[in-house]
Amino acid sequence: MTSAAIGAPLDRVEGRLKVTGAATYAAEFAVPGLAHAALVQSTIARGRITRLDTTDAEAAPGVVDVISHLNAPRLPRLKPAATLEGSAFQTVLPLQDEVIHHAGQHVALVVAETLEQARHAAGLVKVEYAAEQPRTQLEAHRAAAYAPQPVFGMPPDYVRGDPWQAQAGAEVRVEQTYTTPIEHHNPMEPHAAIAAWEAGDKLVVYDTTQGVHMTRAGLAEALGLRLNQVRVICPFVGGAFGAKDSLWPYTILAAVAARRTGRPVKLVLTRAEMFTSVGYRSPTVQDVKLAARRDGTLCATVHHCAAVGSEVGEFAETAPEVTQVLYACPNVETRLRLTGLDVGVSSTMRAPGEASGSFALESAMDELADALGMDPIELRLRNYAETDPDTGKPWSSKALRACYAEGAERFGWSRRTAQPRSMRDGRWLVGWGMATASYPSVGAPGAATAVIRADGRAVVRSGTADLGTGQYTVMTQVAADALGLPPERVTFELGDSEQPYAFVAGGSSGVRSVGPAVRLAAEAARAKVIDLATHDELSPLAGYGPAAIGVEGGELFLEHAPTQRESYAAILVRHGLDQVTADGRVDWVSTPDDHRVNAFGAQFIEVRVDPELGLVRVQRALGVFDIGRVINPKTARSQAIGGIVMGIGMALLERTALHPEFGKVVSPNLAGYLLPVHADVPAIEAYFVDVDDPYVNSLGAKGAGEIGITGVAAAIANAVYHATGRRVRRLPITPETLLS
Amino acid sequence: MTTADVSGDALSSSVEVSLRVNGVDHSLRLDPRVTLLDALRDYLGLTGTKMGCDRGECGACTVLIDGRRVNSCLTFAFMQQGHEITTIEGLASDDELHSVQAAFIECDAFQCGYCTPGQIMSAVALLNEGHTTSTDEIREWMSGNICRCGAYPNIVQAIEQVARSTAS
Amino acid sequence: MKTFNYARVRSVDSALAEAAKPGATFLAGGTELANWMKDGIASPTELIDINELSLSEILVHAHGVRLGALSRMSDVAAHPALRSAYPVLCEALELGASPQIRNMGTIAGNLLQRTRCPYFRETSYPCNKRHPGAGCAALSGEHRMHAIFGASDSCIAVHPSDLAVALFALDAVVHSRGPRGERVIPIADLYTPPGHTPDRETDLDHGELILGVVIPAAPFAAQSHYFKVRERQSYEFALVSVAASLELEEPSQTVRSARVVLGGVAYKPWRVRAAEEALLDKPLTDSTIAAAGAAAIQGAQPLRDNAIKVPVAECAVVRALTTIGERAS
Repeated sequence: MTSAAIGAPLDRVEGRLKVTGAATYAAEFAVPGLAHAALVQSTIARGRITRLDTTDAEAAPGVVDVISHLNAPRLPRLKPAATLEGSAFQTVLPLQDEVIHHAGQHVALVVAETLEQARHAAGLVKVEYAAEQPRTQLEAHRAAAYAPQPVFGMPPDYVRGDPWQAQAGAEVRVEQTYTTPIEHHNPMEPHAAIAAWEAGDKLVVYDTTQGVHMTRAGLAEALGLRLNQVRVICPFVGGAFGAKDSLWPYTILAAVAARRTGRPVKLVLTRAEMFTSVGYRSPTVQDVKLAARRDGTLCATVHHCAAVGSEVGEFAETAPEVTQVLYACPNVETRLRLTGLDVGVSSTMRAPGEASGSFALESAMDELADALGMDPIELRLRNYAETDPDTGKPWSSKALRACYAEGAERFGWSRRTAQPRSMRDGRWLVGWGMATASYPSVGAPGAATAVIRADGRAVVRSGTADLGTGQYTVMTQVAADALGLPPERVTFELGDSEQPYAFVAGGSSGVRSVGPAVRLAAEAARAKVIDLATHDELSPLAGYGPAAIGVEGGELFLEHAPTQRESYAAILVRHGLDQVTADGRVDWVSTPDDHRVNAFGAQFIEVRVDPELGLVRVQRALGVFDIGRVINPKTARSQAIGGIVMGIGMALLERTALHPEFGKVVSPNLAGYLLPVHADVPAIEAYFVDVDDPYVNSLGAKGAGEIGITGVAAAIANAVYHATGRRVRRLPITPETLLS
Repeated sequence: MTTADVSGDALSSSVEVSLRVNGVDHSLRLDPRVTLLDALRDYLGLTGTKMGCDRGECGACTVLIDGRRVNSCLTFAFMQQGHEITTIEGLASDDELHSVQAAFIECDAFQCGYCTPGQIMSAVALLNEGHTTSTDEIREWMSGNICRCGAYPNIVQAIEQVARSTAS
Repeated sequence: MKTFNYARVRSVDSALAEAAKPGATFLAGGTELANWMKDGIASPTELIDINELSLSEILVHAHGVRLGALSRMSDVAAHPALRSAYPVLCEALELGASPQIRNMGTIAGNLLQRTRCPYFRETSYPCNKRHPGAGCAALSGEHRMHAIFGASDSCIAVHPSDLAVALFALDAVVHSRGPRGERVIPIADLYTPPGHTPDRETDLDHGELILGVVIPAAPFAAQSHYFKVRERQSYEFALVSVAASLELEEPSQTVRSARVVLGGVAYKPWRVRAAEEALLDKPLTDSTIAAAGAAAIQGAQPLRDNAIKVPVAECAVVRALTTIGERAS
């Protein structure tokens, strides 16, 4: 499959819409008769509502309705997304009783004619509480930990070989604890939903979601509806990073309010509400033990992780999972334990598990390299896993060696002097660090429909999402390639639950799942037209079999006599057809052809450290990645860069603090939660190794969304160690840690 | 453009506000609490300007007022009577994109697109201000526009491209 | 947000007349006030839009500078005469906020901005500044950004303005008019200590309008610098900052007069006279600079979580003074 489309760095097909402000996000749909909603949230973290008085709120100007546990409809406990049964990480819905499970829990919803009136009236709802001392600090409550249900199939306990026996023979050991804080996704677009009921008890929702089908299923479940009574529309997502891959209560509440009031209701979360309403990355405390021989080969690895559990949902940050697949160590134990706290449910945030777990593992590996006096890349190579060390299966593809080699070459790694504090630039200490990047991809199901039209254009549809990932563009290219049409004549449509089913565009699954479905649908549509032509004595292709026919530029032609050709349009018109339609679908495929699928990479970071002020600046960042075939190098590069930027934030800036006494977020805003700004980010280089993966799917693509963040925090911490001689095992790295 | 004293009546629920946006005058009757951002998005149907934080902490709502970049969430609509407001919708003339918009597409200077109108309006102002003498200066002077997708390097590249082509 | 009346006034007299009404507040750039109102910290019943008052002058002459209360941060920062003659002023302005906010924010409004303490800004936390006697959530909570000087057990908040720190280092004077008539307030007297009444932050009366800020010409103004320490490279409030102004007598670079002021460490910019004394009448050397840094942190009273500010402040003083010395030579 070679064409101008696959592998081409096409500009994003929706680019014009985005740069002119014409792309419509969830809160921006013009729905007549709209009413506006505002939330009231709990100001305590644990306890009960003892009194809730809505009198003043109901009497305020413009108020249409006030909903609380006193009058809200009964809502079921939802099926969990963590076990792939359902749509929600938060399975226990609010406004059902007086119990407060976490600070920021929704306790009331006010609906009014205008947003200002709704927000003002929300401030008039009087809530009194019987507050109890909340448990919100992970490190203080680890003793009460429990083993969670498997999350995305990963059980809490894992062992291969006999690590405790094997480590007895080790000559070098690293045993350390690594700590990561609460992180919030903070996409630029706050969560928002517009819910409207149409005649015949049909619910239409504009929501910002990574999966319209997921949202539809969840809403149907929550509201006791059939699937075909719910439609969810989302053509553009203003950033997600995992915050929008499950159904959150605000969407359900908007629908409830719309039904009660008989009006379409818009609910937009404030930035402050984003910190308590739509999940977050769990904090972790990770104990890692590496036992190795003097030649660097690992004989035993143990990775234990403590994370938070919540009363309102099910999820676990599966940090140790990366340790099961990354190195050829025959004796591995991982363990995941949750501590129930009075907090909201944690959720998937870009590379859930791998982002936090790779910080611990790749820091520990760097400490091992240091203890051995060995180059960090050399240590990785000594433990390179040629086949999946977890199952013994072959990799569908693995070009990690090439990533290390190309990355080292481009970065100039050979110029690094190994001794900490050996590199300087004036006042600045200079440090170079590296780490391995690793992320699986989900072989999720997807379906698509392809329509070839009599005007010579094609439309291909799948209910997937574009969160900035480039899905619109990449799927256009895949379809164009399969159809033999130039990309300009192909339109890819997504973001409507009336389109064929697609799994949530999360877990780096978008290309891997939807891509093959699009290809199948396109090929099937093409085959139908070929069939028409070859059975039509008026066609120059009459009488030939499909194998003899090629398609290019929208024209079918005989491979052996290409002047014998005619266009899609001509064939359809001659047959009196407006269009030809075909479907394609793929089901769950976790190990295609019994191969393990994983994306890999190598991250290289240069930092400058001001040793007197304890400030760290990232001077250079470079990643080389193996994601299988790169369908669009322009958008894939942007994905990788975006992941690296998020990794810089993770390492140096991002942390949500909870007040130890009140259990509330301290600074639920973007002045307190520090996202990297322009000035924090140097020119970032991202490259892809050419990889032919014949197993993963018909496209050879493994997924690009999350690999970019994995390993970055460790590479930065490793670089800081190289610069200063100080090993920092707690994120974010702050002046306090460097100056203490 | 009226210069008469404007005042609202006793704890008024609405005030007459005349806003000139992208060269077009609009007469509105607004709750005085309505920010310029919400006036544009909810009352004028100009949803190109985005709400990211409503606190002036992200820059997604950046528009130009009398050619200067500001956060439209931090000003009330009634305050902008008598000023020239330019939003993302006012940049392209007919079918032709502004050079910054075209450069953003070419350099892939956006991903999800939500911060993009604010980045572009800020970049247009930045170029007029002349704070493009170095890459570091561009980064510093664009730091009032946050991009969670991390498109920063490509945004800077797009701005440099326009700055170079304008200079030559 | 509660709704409000508003009046756009055309003269200072009208502004003051409106301001006499209870619940009336001046509205200039609005960048702070909008957030206070959205967060429920302020609920004015009337906004007095003063943007049409003729208070935007930026005058630079031999006797000094006059900045009108409504002059915009970005306009002041970009003024060529100010950039060369009063660098600390322009540097402080450009290291604050963002370009957008600098285009909106006024000089007077900047001085009157309120603390970023998260427990002040979120009304469900107990806060003595919002409600005297309610308690202080910062004492038991995270307070790494809070005060190491001048705090009380009622309030440990810091003032966030960069501009104010620079103005302290320039001996600026605030001109105002209000119930007490025309007043001239040295900036060092503008901010009042929290004590047990942290709800009171400035010496201004309700309804008193700042007309402008005057910076008297001074021999230390031209050799001045603002150094800001923060973890994010931009668009963040200071962990610690320093405004320093030195009168250097050539050829020995003997310091004849000095101002050294710390920002981000107290309820107001914190002038450290001990640091100035360590420099006076001596040539500016690494040794005197180091002594000034050490003197600057004498008497610091760090809390449980903000001890980091002490060594950072010392180092920041050294950096600022070193930069001035390097530029002068």
